[in-house]
Amino acid sequence: MTAIPTNRTAIDSPTPAVTSDRELPRRNYLNAAYGLRSWLLTRDHKRIAILYLISVTTFFFLGGFFALLIRLELLTPEGDLVGPDTYNKLFTMHGIVMVFFFLIPAIPAVLGNFLVPLMIGAKDLAFPKINLGSWYVYNLGAAFTLWSIVHGGVDTGWTFYTPFSTTYSNTYVISAALGIFITGFSSIMTGLNFIVTIHRLRAPGMTWFRMPLFLWSMYATSLIMVLGTPVIAITLVMVAAERVLHLGLFDPAYGGDPILFQHLFWFYSHPAVYIMILPAMGIESELIAAFARRQVVGYKVVAFASVAIAVLGFLVWGHHMFVTGQSMYAATVFSVLSMVVAIPSAVKVFNWTATLYEGSISWSTPMLYALGFIGLFTIGGLTGVMLATLGFDVHVHDTYFIVAHFHYIMVGGTIMAYLGGMHYWWPKITGRLYPQFLSRLAALLIFVGFNLTFFPQFILGYLGMPRRYWSYPPEFQVLNVLSTAGASILGVGYVIPMCYFLWSMRYGKKAGANPWGAVGLEWETESPPPTANFDVTPVVTHGPYEYGPRPALAAKEAGVV
Amino acid sequence: MRSDLPLFPDAASTGAHQVDALFYIWGVVSIFFSLLIAALIVYFMTRYRRRREEEIGKDTTVPLMLEIVWSAVPLAICLAMFVWGARVFFYVYRPPADAIEYFAVAKQWMWKFQHPEGNREIDQLHVPVGQAIKMTMTSEDVIHSFYVPAFRMKQDVLPGRYTTTWFKADKPGTYHLFCAEYCGTEHSRMIGSIVVMEPNAYEAWLAGSQPGQSTVASGAQLFSTLACDTCHRPNVAGLVPRAPRLEGLFGHQVKLADGRTLVADENYIRESILNPGAKITAGWTPIMPTFQGQVTEEQLVQLIAYVKSLAGDTGGTATSSEGPSK
Repeated sequence: MTAIPTNRTAIDSPTPAVTSDRELPRRNYLNAAYGLRSWLLTRDHKRIAILYLISVTTFFFLGGFFALLIRLELLTPEGDLVGPDTYNKLFTMHGIVMVFFFLIPAIPAVLGNFLVPLMIGAKDLAFPKINLGSWYVYNLGAAFTLWSIVHGGVDTGWTFYTPFSTTYSNTYVISAALGIFITGFSSIMTGLNFIVTIHRLRAPGMTWFRMPLFLWSMYATSLIMVLGTPVIAITLVMVAAERVLHLGLFDPAYGGDPILFQHLFWFYSHPAVYIMILPAMGIESELIAAFARRQVVGYKVVAFASVAIAVLGFLVWGHHMFVTGQSMYAATVFSVLSMVVAIPSAVKVFNWTATLYEGSISWSTPMLYALGFIGLFTIGGLTGVMLATLGFDVHVHDTYFIVAHFHYIMVGGTIMAYLGGMHYWWPKITGRLYPQFLSRLAALLIFVGFNLTFFPQFILGYLGMPRRYWSYPPEFQVLNVLSTAGASILGVGYVIPMCYFLWSMRYGKKAGANPWGAVGLEWETESPPPTANFDVTPVVTHGPYEYGPRPALAAKEAGVV
Repeated sequence: MRSDLPLFPDAASTGAHQVDALFYIWGVVSIFFSLLIAALIVYFMTRYRRRREEEIGKDTTVPLMLEIVWSAVPLAICLAMFVWGARVFFYVYRPPADAIEYFAVAKQWMWKFQHPEGNREIDQLHVPVGQAIKMTMTSEDVIHSFYVPAFRMKQDVLPGRYTTTWFKADKPGTYHLFCAEYCGTEHSRMIGSIVVMEPNAYEAWLAGSQPGQSTVASGAQLFSTLACDTCHRPNVAGLVPRAPRLEGLFGHQVKLADGRTLVADENYIRESILNPGAKITAGWTPIMPTFQGQVTEEQLVQLIAYVKSLAGDTGGTATSSEGPSK
C-alpha cells in the first residue's frame, strides 16, 4: 500500500521529531503499522476511508462492466448479444450496484470519512469503532447482493416495482433486497457518526460558519441518510415478506396495493438522489474556492441551500408517479414542490459561476472536473425541472429522456465531482502527485465520452424510445450507436485515472503538505497526515476560504456574507 | 416512411401539439441558461487564468440584489411553467364528455383491445381520426404502461383497478404503441400499433372484421348467465327486490352502510363484483357472493359497460330492457 522503502527501520523512532530529519519519512497513518490485521482492525478514519475506496472502486468497475454489456446489446435494434432475461438482469444489476454500492457510499464513505475529522480539526470521527463496523456491514450487504448476482441475477429493475418483484419474478429478489437492507445500516452508521462528529468535535474556534462547505453538505447528507434509509429498509422487508408469505401488501391478487410500494420506495429513493448529489455539491464548492483562490460567493446561501435541499427533498417523491393514476391534485402539489426544490440548486450554480469572477483560476486537473461538473449539472438540473412539468413528463416518463437526465446528474454530477475530489485530495491521501498531462487528458476524455453517451439519449427519449428495452424499432439505431461509441470513450476515460493513481503510489513525486497552495485545515498537516491528524490541535481564527491578506478580511468576519 | 435518423417524433393528436409547445419553450429556456453558464465559465477561466504561481483571487462579493434576482427569476420561470404544464396535464387526462370508450386489458406480454361495437384486437388498435377516444384499462398481472409517442400520451395500466386516459388523433397513419413500464422478460416485445383511419375507412374496417355483438350486449348476456338478474331485478309487480337497483346507478351518488357516500364509477362496480362485502349500500344486507375467479377481465369490462348502459344517460337504451327480462 505504501511507497515507504522497506529497508528503512528508522521509522520506529519513538516520537516523530518536530524538527524533522529530512532523510527519514515521518510517521503517518499509512506507515504507522503494517500487515493486513492493522488494516482490517483499524479504527483510523483515514484507513477506513481507504478500505471503503477499495470496496466502492470494485463495485464501480463491476457496475461499469454491466453498463458496457448493456450498451453493446443496444448497438443493434435486434436483441442479439444476450437474451432478454440476461439483458433485464444486466440493467437491474447495473442499477443496484451503482446506486446502492457505489453512488450512495462513494463520496461520504471515502472522501467524507477521510476529510470530516481533518477539516474540523479533530483526531478522528466521534465513533471510530462504529465507523469500522459500517465498512463490515457494507461488505456483508454487498456479499448478499453479489450472491444473487453470481447465482443468476435479479431482473426486477433497481426499483423493485410490485407486483412484478413480489409475485412474478423468478429471480433472486430476496437476497438482493436483503443485501440492500443490510447495506442501509452502514449508511445510517456513517450518517450518525458525521452528525455527532460535526456537532461535538469541532476544533476551538471552528464555528458553524467557519466550516468548509463540504462539511455543510456532509451534514445535510447525513440527515437524509439517518431519516430516509429506514424507510427503504422496511419497504424491502415488506417485499421479501410478501414474496414468501403472500401477505397482501402490494399484490392486488392478495388484496394489496401496488402503488403503495411506489410511494414507500420513492419516499426514500428520491431523497437518496440528494444523498448522491449533495456531497458532490460540497466537493464542488471546495474545488472552486481552492482553484480560484478566493472565497465562495454567498457562503451562507450555499450552506443553507444544502440544508433546504435535504428538507424539501423529502416532499417531492410523487413526481416519480405522475402517470401511475395517482390523484391529479396530488400530482399538481408534487409538481410545484419539485420546482421549488430546484431553486436552491440553481442558486448554487450561479454562486459557483460567480466565484470564478476575478479569481486566480488554475487549470489543474481537479478544476477541470469542477468546471465540467457545473456545465453537466446545469443540463441535468434543467432537464429535471422539465420533467417536473406535468404535461411534459407524461410524454417522456419512462423513456430514455429520463435515463439521460439522471445520468447527467449521477454521472455528470456525482462522478465528475467525486473524481475531481479524488484528484484534489489524492496528494493528501497518499502523499504523492500524479501526472498532470495524462490526468487532464483523462478529464477531457471523460467529458467528451460522457456527452456523446448521454446527449443522444435525450433525443431518443423525446422520440419515444422506452427505457429497459432489449430490442427497439430500427429508426432509433443511429442515436444508439452514437451512445455506445461515447460509452466506450467514457470507459477508457475511467480506466486511465485508475492506472496513474496506482502508479503514483510508488512512483509519483512527493506532494508536500500543500501542493495546491490551498487553505483549509487538511492542508495544514502533513501529507499523508499522521494517525492523530494534527500534532497540535489547531485553533481556528478565520473563515474557510481566506486567501487574501488576513487584516483586509477581518472586517468581513463580522458577519457579512 | 420513417427516416433512419428522426430527430423529432410524429405528432398525431390534439394533446401532442400542446406537449410539443411546452417542450419548445422549455428547450429554449434550457439552451439559453446552459449556454449562459457555459459562456461565463469559459470567459472567466480564460480572463482570470492564473498567471503567477503565488497569485490569489479577489474576494469580490455579489450585491444582494443579484442574489435575489438569480433566485427569483428561475423561481418565476418554474412557476409559470408549472401552471402551463398542469393545464396541459389536465387536458391530457380529462376525457371530454363526447369521448367514446374503448377497453384495454394488458397482460404479460400483449395488449387486448375491445371496441364499443364489440370488435376485438390484439396488439393493434384501429381508431377513427377526429374522434375523442377514452381508454379504460386494466392489467391481468403486473403493471404495464400504455404509451403512444405520437400522441405524447402515457398511462400506467394497473392490476386490480381501472385507469383511464384519452386522445383525439388528428392525422391518419400507423403509430407505435409501447409498453413503457418494465414488466418482465418480453417487455420490449410488448409493442404494437395504433392505426388512425379516416372515419369511413374505419367504418369499413369495423364491418369487415369479425362483426360481433356490442360490449353492452355481451354484458347483458353475461348478467343473465351469471344469474345477477335474480337479485338485481327491476321492480316488477309482485317481486320484492333483493339487491340495489342498478338502473340509474352509474355516475351517481351511492350512500353506504357506514355512512360514507361515493360516486359509482368503474372501480366501484368492479370492486362490488369481485369483493361485494367491501362497500355495502345503505339499507341492504350483504348477501351477494363474490365473483372473484369466475369472470375474466374482459367479462368484467362487459358487465361494467352493461351497468353503465343502465344509467340511462349514456345512450344504452336498446339493451337496458333486455337483461333481466329473460
